[in-house]
Amino acid sequence: MIALKLAYRNLVGAGLRTWLNVIVLSFSFVVIIWYQGLLEGWNRQARRDMIEWEVGGGQYWHQEYDPYDPFTIRDSHGSLPEGLKAKTEKGSHTPILISQATIFPEGRIQSILLKGIDPKQKILSIPSEYVETDVEEIPAVIGTRMAKSTNLKIGDLVAVRWRDVNGTFDAAEARIVHIMKTNVGTVDNGQMWIPLKRLRNMMQMPGEVTIIVSDKDTAVSGAVAGWNFKDQDFLLQDITEVIQAKKVGISIIYLLLLFLAMLAIFNTQVLSIFRRRKEIGTHIALGMTRGQVVRLFTIEGAMHGILAAIVAAIYGIPVLAFSAVKGFAMPQAVDSYGLAIAEKIFPTYSAGLVIGTTLLVLITVTIVSFLPTRRISKMKPTEAIRGKIQ
Amino acid sequence: MEDSKIILIDALVKQFPIGGGEFTALDGIDLTFGKGEFAGVVGPSGSGKTTLLNIIGSLDTPTDGRVSVLDQSIGDLSHKKAARLRNEHLGFIFQTFNLLPVYTVFENVEFPLLLLKMTAASRKNAVQDALEWVGLSNKVKSRPAQLSGGECQRVAIARAMVKRPEIVLADEPTANLDAENSHNILQTMEKLNAELETTFIFATHDEKVIRYLHRKIHLEDGRVVKDELIDKKN
Repeated sequence: MIALKLAYRNLVGAGLRTWLNVIVLSFSFVVIIWYQGLLEGWNRQARRDMIEWEVGGGQYWHQEYDPYDPFTIRDSHGSLPEGLKAKTEKGSHTPILISQATIFPEGRIQSILLKGIDPKQKILSIPSEYVETDVEEIPAVIGTRMAKSTNLKIGDLVAVRWRDVNGTFDAAEARIVHIMKTNVGTVDNGQMWIPLKRLRNMMQMPGEVTIIVSDKDTAVSGAVAGWNFKDQDFLLQDITEVIQAKKVGISIIYLLLLFLAMLAIFNTQVLSIFRRRKEIGTHIALGMTRGQVVRLFTIEGAMHGILAAIVAAIYGIPVLAFSAVKGFAMPQAVDSYGLAIAEKIFPTYSAGLVIGTTLLVLITVTIVSFLPTRRISKMKPTEAIRGKIQ
Repeated sequence: MEDSKIILIDALVKQFPIGGGEFTALDGIDLTFGKGEFAGVVGPSGSGKTTLLNIIGSLDTPTDGRVSVLDQSIGDLSHKKAARLRNEHLGFIFQTFNLLPVYTVFENVEFPLLLLKMTAASRKNAVQDALEWVGLSNKVKSRPAQLSGGECQRVAIARAMVKRPEIVLADEPTANLDAENSHNILQTMEKLNAELETTFIFATHDEKVIRYLHRKIHLEDGRVVKDELIDKKN
């Protein structure tokens, strides 16, 4: 308690020097928490969006299906398995048929994926209800990215060519009935959503599907022969890995920030011990042990961290709260990353993040404050009292 | 009378390493100090005055011989025990005052009491008493930078006296003060010596101080060459 009291007096007495260090350190606090909160916010938003738009509660993949190998798509289809028929009818699962195709927007040629979806499905946020229409052409829903890359608008017609199950080429016109806006690029880029029944007819694959998406609230039960179940963890692996990689990248930035703040504290401690050697000698003459003086200086340094946490709270809480409410606008370029990134990310600050960061900074500050104080143990009090350099 | 001897120095030798050899700062000192003495170790620079005071104050240890302060052998004390001896029984007054610059006068004087873990109320009373002794009751909130040299030294005296130690060691306490301030300081110390029976030991070569001493121990090249009692009645 005495050391705390004396350390506090010394810090407050040091005036501007203390506050400069405290402000630099508090800035590190706020930036680290904001950065981490931003990543956590992105992580949560991306996972939520991907679950709502693409992943659902998990997917059954036809055993031949590999989304990273376009050559597998032609053979990766099969009849809806018996075990999942009832669930599909109940609406807890929805089948999707996937086929390769080519479109010819404005005379250009572009490979796409045709995805047949049940217009009545409620599992994914894809606005499949729009494809249930009486238009003569193939009713198609595309995303904003696809619309931008093909220059297609609602009502436009575009020629579509595909190969059916027998390898025969066929073509027809598709009419864009809706352009959906989604954060999930993987249900948008190079894709055209049409009615499942229509695609089955086009491909001459009655009753066949490529993947079956389960409801996110439905517990998945049992294996299905010929179909591989991919759970959320597997399907969200990409975003998890990207966030992890981003965390490592950003950790370097905040480690640099922390390093700069620690350098300031270390420098202050070294200078302080050099400048205050007479004071150290006086402390010893007045009855403090060397250990007590070391403790006093260490606590003094560590208190920079405590004061910084208080200062950070004073200006950081409003700033971070404002950022959490207003969100952080992401640059348009990140849309092409292929990951679910919203136009605005809303940082999320968990208690664990705040407490963890505070502890990390406090422990680091204490260690950095302690290191230079070892010099005190080597000081001769008789020399220190006179302010002599030893 | 031996019971009242609170400092016993027997064949004290102190050597410091210099270059490849050793420099003898104190060479066979035999002295005793009684309770309530107002004594001074006088001599030219380099005669060993400060070294002697440092050893009595347990800030340094003898190379040879024995120094006993309040029945504690300085050479045998651990760091902790030496710190406790200084904390509980010794007061120091330095040539350059050695006040803690960021503390107020009150906080500077209060400092030794914090180490003694006294309650806030007792500390407050003791500090007020000490500041009254030195006539600085009106400066409690001032910082050392706002005080004159004489006032700083009076704060240092208050800090040394606040815990009512048995012994006060003053190393050239007037070296940085003018004549008037020096006399004021010495009168204050003389008064405290008389009222509280505190033993004062000075290290000085300042004539102004020497005139106040009741006992003069002349040191030359680390040896006591003369030890004289001054009759203050005449």
